[in-house]
Amino acid sequence: MSINPADTAWLLISSALVMLMTPALAFFYGGMVRKKNLLSTIMMSFAILAIVSILWVLYGYSISFGSDRGGIIGSLEWIGLMGVGQEPSSVYATTVPHLAYMMFQATFAIITVALITGAVVERIKFSTLIIFSVLWFTLVYCPVAHWVWGNGGWLAKLGVLDFAGGTVVHINAGVSALALALVLGPRKGYHDREPMEPNSIPMVVLGAALLWFGWFGFNAGSALTAGGLASNAFVATNTAAASAALTWMILGWINRRPSVLGVATGAVVGLVAITPAAGYVHPLAGIPIGAIASILSYYIMIWRSKANKVDESLDVWACHGIGGTWGAIATGIFATVAVNSAGADGLLFGNGIQLLKQLAGVAATWVYAFAVTWVLAKILKSTIGLRVKEEEEVVGLDISQHGERAYGGIL
Amino acid sequence: MKKIEAIIRQEKLEPVKAALEEKGVVSMTITQVSGRGSQKGIALQWRAGEYRVDFLPKTKIEVVVDDKTSDLVVATICRVARTGKIGDGKIFVIPVENAVRVRTGEEGEHVI
Repeated sequence: MSINPADTAWLLISSALVMLMTPALAFFYGGMVRKKNLLSTIMMSFAILAIVSILWVLYGYSISFGSDRGGIIGSLEWIGLMGVGQEPSSVYATTVPHLAYMMFQATFAIITVALITGAVVERIKFSTLIIFSVLWFTLVYCPVAHWVWGNGGWLAKLGVLDFAGGTVVHINAGVSALALALVLGPRKGYHDREPMEPNSIPMVVLGAALLWFGWFGFNAGSALTAGGLASNAFVATNTAAASAALTWMILGWINRRPSVLGVATGAVVGLVAITPAAGYVHPLAGIPIGAIASILSYYIMIWRSKANKVDESLDVWACHGIGGTWGAIATGIFATVAVNSAGADGLLFGNGIQLLKQLAGVAATWVYAFAVTWVLAKILKSTIGLRVKEEEEVVGLDISQHGERAYGGIL
Repeated sequence: MKKIEAIIRQEKLEPVKAALEEKGVVSMTITQVSGRGSQKGIALQWRAGEYRVDFLPKTKIEVVVDDKTSDLVVATICRVARTGKIGDGKIFVIPVENAVRVRTGEEGEHVI
């Protein structure tokens, strides 16, 4: 197939939009931690942006999207981007240069790894985090990406629908975050409910706004073409974000007062939920999909906080794990071939089988991501250690890990 | 009445607060300050290379108590805020002439 300039332009812009989401995440998370750990939180996302960018072009793209081996993983045929050039791939996004598709996918891998960091803020050792990132990327992200999006991946062959990464990105990261937090243990003072106030809510909202903006690239870019399907995904995305933000605002209002931190979180949760569905459902399905995502995440967050058992600090599991799970299920309910003939009909359109396929994808990812992350975390804990020393944690990671302070000087 | 001004490490605020509350001392005022002592500050990381800062962030706690509680407060703060390393801080005890409750206008030692 020959190169379509409009598709190419849109995909390149989408890649830039999704790249922006990783620094956006740095601010979204950063504003939520205590001031003494702000830079450390930002640093984790930035370091991962740099590391995964390199790993992707060296081997990550190849093992995720290369020739299928047993439905489980791709080959090394595209190692070092050999054979990935300016001509389109014959299999993926056939109207754009192969390099453009590869780059778009890179930005997804990057942010998925960065998402996990929310679970381990304020106590993870930076050197261990880097090693964990490399291993998790290789052993969890790439295989799951292959299963769902690789040509010949077993979940793709099963017919699991994941338009832009509800499973590959959100369930994957969310469940892994939970496993890592369980092995790592809580922050000092967590069980005593020591005050750990967000240091900058404006920064969190800035991050959420850039995430919402970037998500148009994430979802609408996943159409891989510039036209009707991208437009459908775009509208579904905004509608779900808005619906979820509004719902969270109402839930907060019922409880006591509507908080801007809540509205920002709600928007993100809605965006998570619509991610697998955006190119398979009618845009108005974004309303129930977003609203239900907020309701689920909101009450699960409250439950985790009340239980006071697991310090999964920034609720990556409640937002991305649960939001992504609901999104995958919602796709099995609301999908229609009227929107995307390459998809399938869901439960509402008379096909209950799709919902079962979605559940299979959800279950496989939950089990694999949790198990491998757990083992990885245990190994790292008993070898190089996961946590900083207690006095380093108390002084703050900005000073102890990075020798910097976020708001330096007196004037 | 005595005012105890304690300049301590920021991260020691919560433990000191809890320890004083346990001894019955609840009211206090805190300020975030920057200070230097006889140490030479610390080195931080710039873009490439280091730079030194010698005003470091600390927390100042001000507590006003009656004369007989003063020594207990000082001892408690010292015990809880001490790490043994340079930068633990200093405590000053200052006599207080009067105390007034704004809400009612009452004055005297019973107000604290």
